[in-house]
Amino acid sequence: MTAAVLEHEVVRTERPTPARIPMSRLISVELRKSFDTRSGFWLMASIGILAVIATVATIVFAPESELDYEAFASAIGFPMAVVLPIIAALLVTSEWSQRSGLTTFTLVPHRGRVITAKLAVSVGIGAVSMLIAAAIGAVGNVVGTAITGTDTVWNVSAAELSYIIIANVLGMLVGFMLGVLMRNSAAAIVGYFVYSFALPPLTFLLAQNQQWFKDLQPWVDFNYAQGNLFNGVMTGTYWAQLAVTTFVWLVVPLVVGLRLVLRSEVK
Amino acid sequence: MIKVESLSKTYGGFKAVDDVSFTARPGRVTGFLGPNGAGKTTTMRIMVGLTPATSGSATVSGRRFADLPNPGLEVGVLLDASAQHAGRTGREILTVAQRTMGLPGSRVDEILDLVSLTPTESGRRVRNYSLGMRQRLGIAAALLGEPEVLILDEPANGLDPAGIRWMRDLLRGYADRGGTVLLSSHLLHEIEVIADDLVVIGNGRIVAQGTKAELLASAGTLVRTPDVPTLSQALTGAGVAFAPMTDALRVEADPDVVGRVALAAGVALTELRAAEGAGLEEMFLELTADTQREGVAA
Repeated sequence: MTAAVLEHEVVRTERPTPARIPMSRLISVELRKSFDTRSGFWLMASIGILAVIATVATIVFAPESELDYEAFASAIGFPMAVVLPIIAALLVTSEWSQRSGLTTFTLVPHRGRVITAKLAVSVGIGAVSMLIAAAIGAVGNVVGTAITGTDTVWNVSAAELSYIIIANVLGMLVGFMLGVLMRNSAAAIVGYFVYSFALPPLTFLLAQNQQWFKDLQPWVDFNYAQGNLFNGVMTGTYWAQLAVTTFVWLVVPLVVGLRLVLRSEVK
Repeated sequence: MIKVESLSKTYGGFKAVDDVSFTARPGRVTGFLGPNGAGKTTTMRIMVGLTPATSGSATVSGRRFADLPNPGLEVGVLLDASAQHAGRTGREILTVAQRTMGLPGSRVDEILDLVSLTPTESGRRVRNYSLGMRQRLGIAAALLGEPEVLILDEPANGLDPAGIRWMRDLLRGYADRGGTVLLSSHLLHEIEVIADDLVVIGNGRIVAQGTKAELLASAGTLVRTPDVPTLSQALTGAGVAFAPMTDALRVEADPDVVGRVALAAGVALTELRAAEGAGLEEMFLELTADTQREGVAA
């Protein structure tokens, strides 16, 4: 080394080692990133917008006799089941599809921590969205029955509401898992539709025609096991079936996806 | 300080990076030079942990990149200026980085000012940026945390001549204040004007490294003539070793010797000078020719 180099090293004051980036900061940054693009913002806004549209549609189209809270809850539930998993998938895949991962994973060279922060943001968004949707549905129920002059019926119990929230968070986690596994926005979204909307009719058909599958279905069909959450009654057996299918169809592929994320190159 | 030791990366049977070792020192600009596809980017990606190495190691300020608690404050990285979410504004991209590093919000304005991006420009979405503006934004992101080390992959790409001049001055000042700068380029002349040290890579292997002064040291004579065959013959007759270049010869003898040989042979010369840097240029052209992309005309 030359004298000049040594001189520079003297000039440069030794700086203290910075503190490790806390998880709370990663979560707040990931939350910000889910809102700070036009597409991200409108995807988030669509939760509220779709809930309002579904509520208005229920007031307009549902027969007066069926205008109760359950009608509002199921009307709002469907768009939620579509939008929330897409939000969760894009939260992960945009780092690859938009290539922003190059910056993200150099600023935080621990991909597991970034993915964990994204998971926390997903679950948070899912839970808050469901509460907002439930509130919009409640307003719809009050306003709707006031318009028709019928009695306001609250026929969704707290337990049933919590089952619906669990079901939607599970759906959101499926989107998240597919995002981690595919690392490509289009593939993850298509994957989700296949998973949740194309498979159920096929398994239904199979169960209709094959007795062995009909007996086995509750233990192997994730969508079928989730269906019980929407029916509002969960026995011990139902919980066990949900746990088994969740493990096979959600946890296992998520673990595989995480391993791929941790090892792969970020291009 | 960046230390790379016996770094290798194999894809299937292809060695993208083959036993690469070098050190980038504080207070100096180290130029990482090589033709396209030589392994520069892969080496830099391994340094920052985006690509796992097959073997070998790379450390920044004495630690593996993944062991840096808050890397943005210690190493500024610009690998690909286009790798940003196209829907974010320039300012938002810097804000996300600023928040991740835990810096005050005012730092974003300071750095935008430093890279000369106006408030209107920084408020635009990155999809509407020119490559030059993306490079400025990328350099801003790299400098945001006032790191001691900079790793920049082809930072001059897309900058206009004034922008290249600006970046050169910026990096020079940065190194003069004790920073370590590693920047890659596939253009010899671009890197010649800024680097103190050079690392030349070709086909994944280091082919030369040292200070610029060493590598560009006088290496014989460069002679240019319309009649290369006659001069070649005369030089062979005089027992002087030489190497043919694109449209000239590099002779391993002093200019006055070459001049006398040419006079005796009656060959008209268009250029005769000490071949400063010609050795490096020739080596570099050979490397480029090997990849058979630019061809001899390069």
